[in-house]
Amino acid sequence: MTGLLGVLLPAVPLVAGLVGLLLPPSPRGATAGEGPARRAAIGLGVAGAAGALLIAVVLLVRVGQPVQTSTTWVDLGGLRVTLGVRLDGAAALVAVAVAAVALAVQVYSVGYLRRGPHDDVEVDHRYPPYAAQISLFTAAMLLVVVAGDLIMLLVGWEVMGLCSYLLIAHDRRLPEAPAAAMKAFLVTRVGDVGFLLGIALLGVSAGSFRIADVLAHDYSAGLLTTACLLLLAGVAGKSAQFPLHTWLPDAMAGPTPVSALIHAATMVAAGVYAVTRLYPLFERAPAALAVLGVMAAVTLLLGALAATAQDDLKRVLAWSTVSQIGYMTGALAVGSPTAALFHLLSHAAFKALLFLAAGAVIHAVGTTLMSRMGGLRATMPVTFWCTVVGLGALAGVPPLSGFWSKDGVLAAAEAAALDGAGPAPAWVGWLVWLAGLAGVAVTAWYATRLLLRAFLGETRMPLVHPHDPPALMRWPVLLLAVPAALLGLAAFLPPFTDRLAVGEGELVHLGPALLLPLALLALGAGLAWAGWRRDRTADPARALGPLGPLFAAGFRLDDVQRALVVRPVAALARVARAGDELVIDGAVEGTARGARGLGGALAGLHRAALPRAVAGVLAGALLIGLAAVLIGGAA
Amino acid sequence: MTLGQILLVAALAVPAVGAAVVAAVPADRAARLVGTAAAGLTLAVTVALVTGDQLWTGYGAPPAVRPWHQLDLSWVPGLDLRFHLGVDGISYPLVVLTALLTLLCCAYTVWKVPAGGGSGRALVALLLVVEVGILGTFLALDLVLFFCFFEVVLLPMYAIIAGWGGPDRRRAARKFVLYTLLGSVLLLVGVYVVVAAAGTADLVALTGGAGLPRGTQLAAFTLFGLAFAVKSPLWPLHSWLPDAHTQAPTVGSVVLAGVLLKMGTYGLVRVAVGVAPEGARWAAPVLGVLAVAAIPIGSLVCLAQSDLKRLIAYSSVGHMGFVLLGVATLTATGIQAALIGNIAHGVITGLLFFLAGAVKDRAGTGALAELSGLRETAPRLAGLLGFAAVASLGLPGLAGFWGEAFAVVAAIGRGGVFWTVLGVLAAIGGALTAAYLLRLLRRVTHGRPSPAVGRVAPGLAAAELAAWAPLVLLALAVGLAPALVLGVAADPVAALVAVLP
Repeated sequence: MTGLLGVLLPAVPLVAGLVGLLLPPSPRGATAGEGPARRAAIGLGVAGAAGALLIAVVLLVRVGQPVQTSTTWVDLGGLRVTLGVRLDGAAALVAVAVAAVALAVQVYSVGYLRRGPHDDVEVDHRYPPYAAQISLFTAAMLLVVVAGDLIMLLVGWEVMGLCSYLLIAHDRRLPEAPAAAMKAFLVTRVGDVGFLLGIALLGVSAGSFRIADVLAHDYSAGLLTTACLLLLAGVAGKSAQFPLHTWLPDAMAGPTPVSALIHAATMVAAGVYAVTRLYPLFERAPAALAVLGVMAAVTLLLGALAATAQDDLKRVLAWSTVSQIGYMTGALAVGSPTAALFHLLSHAAFKALLFLAAGAVIHAVGTTLMSRMGGLRATMPVTFWCTVVGLGALAGVPPLSGFWSKDGVLAAAEAAALDGAGPAPAWVGWLVWLAGLAGVAVTAWYATRLLLRAFLGETRMPLVHPHDPPALMRWPVLLLAVPAALLGLAAFLPPFTDRLAVGEGELVHLGPALLLPLALLALGAGLAWAGWRRDRTADPARALGPLGPLFAAGFRLDDVQRALVVRPVAALARVARAGDELVIDGAVEGTARGARGLGGALAGLHRAALPRAVAGVLAGALLIGLAAVLIGGAA
Repeated sequence: MTLGQILLVAALAVPAVGAAVVAAVPADRAARLVGTAAAGLTLAVTVALVTGDQLWTGYGAPPAVRPWHQLDLSWVPGLDLRFHLGVDGISYPLVVLTALLTLLCCAYTVWKVPAGGGSGRALVALLLVVEVGILGTFLALDLVLFFCFFEVVLLPMYAIIAGWGGPDRRRAARKFVLYTLLGSVLLLVGVYVVVAAAGTADLVALTGGAGLPRGTQLAAFTLFGLAFAVKSPLWPLHSWLPDAHTQAPTVGSVVLAGVLLKMGTYGLVRVAVGVAPEGARWAAPVLGVLAVAAIPIGSLVCLAQSDLKRLIAYSSVGHMGFVLLGVATLTATGIQAALIGNIAHGVITGLLFFLAGAVKDRAGTGALAELSGLRETAPRLAGLLGFAAVASLGLPGLAGFWGEAFAVVAAIGRGGVFWTVLGVLAAIGGALTAAYLLRLLRRVTHGRPSPAVGRVAPGLAAAELAAWAPLVLLALAVGLAPALVLGVAADPVAALVAVLP
């Protein structure tokens, strides 16, 4: 029964998505009203997500001992690929988060992707493919969550990449959207090369791709480290870790609800989740964990610092995702997958909340730039308070969810640093701990700046009259505010901790160690507030001085990527094409020309005037005669 | 004759007779309909071939080739030539794919005859003759017969390209025919090297080496390998392909890419590896290196292409690289990956050529620089093109994934630094594949509609949907249930691998 529910979990949104793709994509000629196709698409999308949520909740209630089912999918020369689910408490918890965020996004999108009074007549949101792609996205993530076989996991993993590509390119009014979509797919695909190779190494040695078999197999240390490092390449791509994080800020070209989906529950969460799924392997590969730790520390600080200087509301949130995922991978590196999962869950709640609230702001003011907002607190109170909750959780203000989950990560890192408790060397613990503490202050700074710039002070757009969003968009935001605020307290509930399979160590650590992050939090927030107090119209980011533009450009890593990868590949492609056409095909064509030339020359020799022809014939006859005499004589 | 033998003969006779009737019927449209009916009947016959006895029930060690059905008649007794046909799990999926694609091409031709060429009637007749040749190649269990059918394909395909193709069709057709004839000459020499040494041309008896001396096997594999490398095509013997595929009419490109190339890879597995296994073992590293070279090089060339059809044509070089890498590993996993990769490439590239033809016909140009914004004017067509491109880049869950991923897995599974490096390079080539297909989609479907695309009407003709829907469904079905192809292939591949040295 549990196994069947596990199968249904991705199947329900998958069917909703596939059926939705068959609906007519565009209401050509129809007016702004709701066409039947749009209504059907809304119904399918919401039903798919709601069905998945229902199944996930039932699973969460029922799940006890880990359940594993499997049946052979295909047998390739002794390598067995299976179809089956592997369910445990953590899978069920993540599934609930995924389905809940997906449902919120589906409902919210109904209001968000509607032709508004400000839009021109040409706007056509093509709702049916949009809703269907979100359903497919949800299905793919849920497949990753329940997959009992690495190849199945890879299917969900890459289908997610495809859906992100489709959805980021959805908004046809943005010229940068297609490029951003392509970048998202390609950067993650580069990581997936490693992921595929890692899976191939693990599967080939174990003779099976079933996760249970892979975990039970006894690998040699070298092979395990190689395989784990290769898997980490895929994780870095999907979870936007340095140096493959560059796609995520650009992915903001997608509609805001899609950003919420990508950042909160799907895609970026998949990488962290996949590592927790295979954590017993990583535990035996400390070198891979050390690399992960370095990656996490770099990503965490890089994302946080880049977030400080953005003017685009969504890009602040995007960089904050990069940074927060850094906390999760940091927790993995210091040996605490439960802390990573706990932060993943609370992050899912508060980041979805933040993005949907930001969508409400963008919807109301028609811009994403904070330099043109300000003073929205008075006109959009609901959005304001929800954003306060979300930003508080992001920064780690007690007792909001992010406080508890970030504390879990920091406590694990502290234990690894001071007591050498983690599977990786102690310096990894130090690195993650110090980076995490610095990140707390920076996070508090940019969260405060966002709140002050967008919602407080004087309005900078006197002609616009913003207002709180309509009910369809308001309720998802309000409902997401509940877990964003309270999820941290679940750490005190045994049913929750049981499902996260926390060992003897507690999920939360009440003690004097909490004071240090709190002090840093106050420092960061206080600095931002002080900067704002001095001049309410200026950007607190001016304090960054000459570093501001560098941070705003994400440390110019895009340029590095362009110079080191994109341009050389393009140049290589031109060389390959020229070489193929001139050298390889040139040789073929040259042979043809040579043969023709030779034929022409021989033909030319045969064309001769009568005297020369007669002379030739006679000469030939003489030669043959001579040969006959000589050979005959010899015989 | 048993039912199976009747089916084997019918698989060749129905399209042959159909072609004759099509040529004899004077009315153009009626003739095209008759041809389509013949192609449909052929598909039914080939599908029915699955009814054979697929289990080995004899005593002793099973032979390396165990046909489900076979027909063994004396053909030219004086020269000891035999008309020996048979079908097994390696050839069956290809046989059905051939029949299916021919049917789709005939049906498409009923709706639309390429402009500027000969009559539609003649095109359908030629398609059926090509089908006879390809089916014969896949069904032949006698080396000489195999060679004959291999050659039957050449001239009608030449006529299709030269008669109904693009502006530069004659040159492309000549190049195609001369280049592949060169391969055929080598094949002929190889056939006679083997037949003279072994005293038989029976593939069932020959498979596994049949005690041929090592020198003969090396010579035979070299000759066969070169011949099939031209056909498949293996880099750097591929340069006939882009011209031929680009200039051929849509249906010609579909048949060329969909099944004609498969004669090369099938021949490599069944004839070259089967008859000269020691030669295969000896040449496998070279084959592997060239196959893997084809993947990044083909992808890079695609990345710099400026024409839609030429890009898709070049993509075959990279995709067939994965197939040939699978064969080169000489493992059960690799050969199975090659077989499913073959089928997937036939389905997906067939679909891509259909769609590229549709785009080109509608917009009047295939230049990528002049195409953009297709999703604004023709969302369905753009969606299908997107689907085909995504399938082609090997998205897990669609048909293309299994062949490519498991060619890599097989190379890694082979072990050792050499094969691991090949596997890694192939996987990196997979990322480049995504790059050029996404570039294609970005150019053609995204952005504002270009003037050429602005004229495109949103609708799709029923005949187009009928021709494309089976391919879309197959790409999905083979992706979700790879056992459709590999279920029948597992035993024959295991038997083949068992006789490798």
